[in-house]
Amino acid sequence: MAYPANYRYTKEHEWVDVKGDVAAIGITDYAQHELGDVVFVELPKVGSKTEAGKTFGTVESVKAVSDIYAPASGEVVEANDVLHNTPEKINSDPHGEGWLIKVRLANPAEISGLMDTAAYEAYIASQSKEASA
Amino acid sequence: MESVTTPFIAEMRKTPLNAVHRRLGAKMVNFGGWDMPVEYPASGGLVAEHKAVRSRVGVFDVSHMGDIRIRSGRTPGGALAAVQHISMNDASKLAIGQAHYSAMLYPTGTFVDDVIVHRLGEEDYLLVINAGTREKDINWVRENAKGFDCAVEDLSDAYTQLAIQGPRAQELLQKLTDANLGIIKNYWFTHGTVCNLKNTLIARTGYTGEDGFEIYVPSDDATSEMVWNKVMQAGREFGIIPCGLGARNTLRLESKMALYGHEISDKINVWEAGLDRYCKMEKGDFIGRAALERAKAAGVTRTLVGLEMVDRGIARDEYCCCNENGEVIGVVTSGSPSPTLCKNIALAYAPPAMSALGTAIYVQIRQQRCKAQVVATPFYKRPKR
Repeated sequence: MAYPANYRYTKEHEWVDVKGDVAAIGITDYAQHELGDVVFVELPKVGSKTEAGKTFGTVESVKAVSDIYAPASGEVVEANDVLHNTPEKINSDPHGEGWLIKVRLANPAEISGLMDTAAYEAYIASQSKEASA
Repeated sequence: MESVTTPFIAEMRKTPLNAVHRRLGAKMVNFGGWDMPVEYPASGGLVAEHKAVRSRVGVFDVSHMGDIRIRSGRTPGGALAAVQHISMNDASKLAIGQAHYSAMLYPTGTFVDDVIVHRLGEEDYLLVINAGTREKDINWVRENAKGFDCAVEDLSDAYTQLAIQGPRAQELLQKLTDANLGIIKNYWFTHGTVCNLKNTLIARTGYTGEDGFEIYVPSDDATSEMVWNKVMQAGREFGIIPCGLGARNTLRLESKMALYGHEISDKINVWEAGLDRYCKMEKGDFIGRAALERAKAAGVTRTLVGLEMVDRGIARDEYCCCNENGEVIGVVTSGSPSPTLCKNIALAYAPPAMSALGTAIYVQIRQQRCKAQVVATPFYKRPKR
């Protein structure tokens, strides 16, 4: 699955899509592959705050629980609550319909510290190499 | 996202089928020091594997399990006496060709490991043990069999063990063997030619709660791969898929089969684990018996219960259990979504006073206290066919 060119990425495999001062956040295709079939999602409430590098939610497969880390600080303006009933969208469309939350950025400069698409692709290539060594 | 998968360690042990799993694109994990497939995403992943075993057939590489053979020396009955001393079930009741579930106990009445004891011959027994406890178990058996006239042999590396599980398992395996599988009862075994390998141990056992067989073939890579491939080929018409440890865990959990380090351990005794029917106090002395007698007189303070989540949330291993006042009353030993029941289920230790069906128990899931209720177990029982 292609990694959108305009997104930015974290080492913990979240993506960010910034439009104006609002950032949509989700987990990457690599992340959903690692997890397996997603069966449960826990998202923060609208109005709550995220802090860069701190967990804001949880995604679970049958086998594993994964904390999701906020790539940026801000206020949650929207949560993708349809995932409560259709968590599998995170598997089928991780970079699109499987988005988790939208955050009004407190400090847009934080985004420039994240990886661009080329850097993220190189990063996961090195991760996969390690895993199959 | 932070992966909970244990990173690859170079010294991890591998079964003879390791290369096969990697070729199939399996997701590999460290399981008790073994590099094992947890699921095969290419054939659908954990849930698909689980459903294949419940509705059709699946194959598991369980070569990481250990095998200990105990044979009598010059004194007839030496092996039986040793087996009786180190395990809690009554091995004197086993006919040749029969197996049973049992456990080895510490003098405290808690678990060294659970085992399946097979009676191979008049004076000949095979104990199948867990992977994570292999060295400990073998040392334990050697040490405690010393006083008996018997020979203890570690055959763990001699066998590749495949578990063929599911309602179509018999039809599948019958295509590969001359043994008449239809006459083998549950927890009995035979020896027959499988994939042209003579004298192969074929047991109607498993860890899925489904009908199925476990076969033990020579562990060289070529033979192991040949048998794996033939099983996959023979199973194609039944929709076989390879299954990993992930599905093995959800299948055994639905069937309430204990997992060492979870429902049973060196801290938990037989009565607490609810394994009374496999513990034969009247058979004579065995390691752990005296402590169990005292424990029975004293009464248990915790018991294993089945839980079903009422609130939204998945109980996981080691999460705390509380009463409605928020006081900690127990702990989850295994918890997962159940692919068959489409509910979130768990096994947990709780006080006997809270073990009645329908009792509300709250599971602490991260910052939230989620309601669950005690339900009857096993969660899943296979339909009579």
